[in-house]
Amino acid sequence: MKHATRRTLGGALTSLTGLAALLIIGMLVVILLDVLRGGAGRVTWEFLTKPPSDGMMAGGIFPALYGTAALTLLMTVAVMPVGVLTAVYLHEYASPGSRLAHWVRLAVVNLAGVPSIVFGLFGLGFFIHFVGGNLDRALGYEELHWAQPGILWASLTLAVLTLPVVIVSTEEALRAVPMDHRTASLALGATQSQTLVRVVLPGALPGILTGAVLAVSRGAGEVAPILFTGAAYFLPELPTSLNSQFMHLGYHTYVLATQSPDVEATRPLLYATVLVLLLLTFALNLVAVVIRTRTRRKAANAH
Amino acid sequence: MQQGLAETMNVPRLSPAARKRQLREKVIASLITAMAFTGIAALVLIIVFIAKEALGLFLDAHAREEASLSKMFLPQPTRPGRPPAFMWQPVSAVPKVSMIPLFIGTLKTTLVSMVVAVPVGVAAALFAAEFAPRRLRELIKPVIELLAGIPSVVLGFFALMVLASFLQDVFGFTYRLNAVVAGLGLALAIVPVIFTVSEDALTAVPRSYREASLALGATPWETAWKVVLPAAAPGILAACVLGFGRAIGETMIVLMASGNAAIVSADLGDSVRSLSATIAAEMGEVVVGSPHYSLLFFIGVELFVFTFVLNMVAARWTRRVIRKLTGGAS
Repeated sequence: MKHATRRTLGGALTSLTGLAALLIIGMLVVILLDVLRGGAGRVTWEFLTKPPSDGMMAGGIFPALYGTAALTLLMTVAVMPVGVLTAVYLHEYASPGSRLAHWVRLAVVNLAGVPSIVFGLFGLGFFIHFVGGNLDRALGYEELHWAQPGILWASLTLAVLTLPVVIVSTEEALRAVPMDHRTASLALGATQSQTLVRVVLPGALPGILTGAVLAVSRGAGEVAPILFTGAAYFLPELPTSLNSQFMHLGYHTYVLATQSPDVEATRPLLYATVLVLLLLTFALNLVAVVIRTRTRRKAANAH
Repeated sequence: MQQGLAETMNVPRLSPAARKRQLREKVIASLITAMAFTGIAALVLIIVFIAKEALGLFLDAHAREEASLSKMFLPQPTRPGRPPAFMWQPVSAVPKVSMIPLFIGTLKTTLVSMVVAVPVGVAAALFAAEFAPRRLRELIKPVIELLAGIPSVVLGFFALMVLASFLQDVFGFTYRLNAVVAGLGLALAIVPVIFTVSEDALTAVPRSYREASLALGATPWETAWKVVLPAAAPGILAACVLGFGRAIGETMIVLMASGNAAIVSADLGDSVRSLSATIAAEMGEVVVGSPHYSLLFFIGVELFVFTFVLNMVAARWTRRVIRKLTGGAS
């Protein structure tokens, strides 16, 4: 084949790959535009601060926002200590050929691949029936108190789901702290734990925050794990105790889209809920990306 | 001199403060090491407790009668005069619990999503890694990661409200929600995964490979197609396996956009029911401890095992690619 033919053929095929990239971005734009067009008019301050009314046909989504916020707050409190300390073990304390570190990394990779509905089953089988059941028996409850769906079990289930996200982000953050800082601290007489607390962790804080933000973003969006561990569609009051059920933006979207008694009437409500959920997820992801790029630039300059 | 040497030969005596500090360090180190077990513990607990609830299928006599392994996988007699068939109807006078319609449903949607997502994702990764100017690549990657950040319930909503109507207009499906709609929705979810991992594999190929190929007179496309792509092939395969695993386990998109009909058919325009959507749809109304309940947990075990095996395969391939590229390139 002549060189000119090869070049034009190559150029054509290169453009095809460019089209593929364009297709993906195009689909994203279509989704965003569609949601914006359907929901932008409905998202007002009242929508965000008032509860639903008219038998869930009108009103706002404040309880869903509150439920999502409470859920992700509890989840973050549960996942951050465990995730950060596991990453600290993997990066700071484990010896290079350690078998335990190898198994932990393997477990984390596999945990990241477990389907989200299986986490829901885990929440049901372990937290609600086993832990909740034993807790009820130990505390002497006659009827179901802890052994039923509630915000505590849902947030713990989500904590297990987002554990890999936190561990990976924290390890990346720890890697970004230059080794010189650690060796300097040790040379000046600090112990390993003092170095960790006073030098490494503060230096890795942005990356750890990224992990927290990404975990919150996952937690706000995942619906399958909370389907039968605590989410509800119509609740007359906000969740007040750890075993209350809660409303959730993602779950609300799912019910409105599939089980609405009047599709046309609730359509604006559905679009507005999706828009709020999308904006929330995007804002969180944007914050995480910004922190991550700043950290990477700092790490590149430090080496 | 000798005295000094003799002194250093003995184990130094620590002051009480130093000894206390060493003890504290050891305690902290063991606490942190103990914390690391939680990752392993979580995975083990998941499989143990899901299997425990599914065990009722094999231990309880009533459950064994209603939902034995043969009932789950072999064709069962239906009405007299009709051939035996695979049916999933656990809620009926005579429960029919064949897993086959669910397997077929899962496979159909996954197949559609892979057929669309793999070429598009790998081609886009090739573009971003090889042909795009650096500034364009810095733009494409975050935008596609934005797509990755969209919750699956939103993708399911989009497939249900927009894609289904559009596809029905274009292809004239009988059923508005079917395997193609769900498959395309799934493709939206797995394309970012395939893109990101493939792009990582392609950029990991050492620059020397490309430079050598170009120096020998190949065009940029020939370099990408015949040199870089084969070199990154295990990583790209790992990306596809990860995408496949994600597609099999994905729940919300299929729950909302597939029509949820557990039937056995080869037509992609028919509604389907996937394994994960079955769990999600039926768990809410099942009686705790009943055979149906254990059956749903058994489906969960199947899903866990599938994705576990897929993940191990993908991990092994990624390790191989790293070894090949760092060990072989000298």
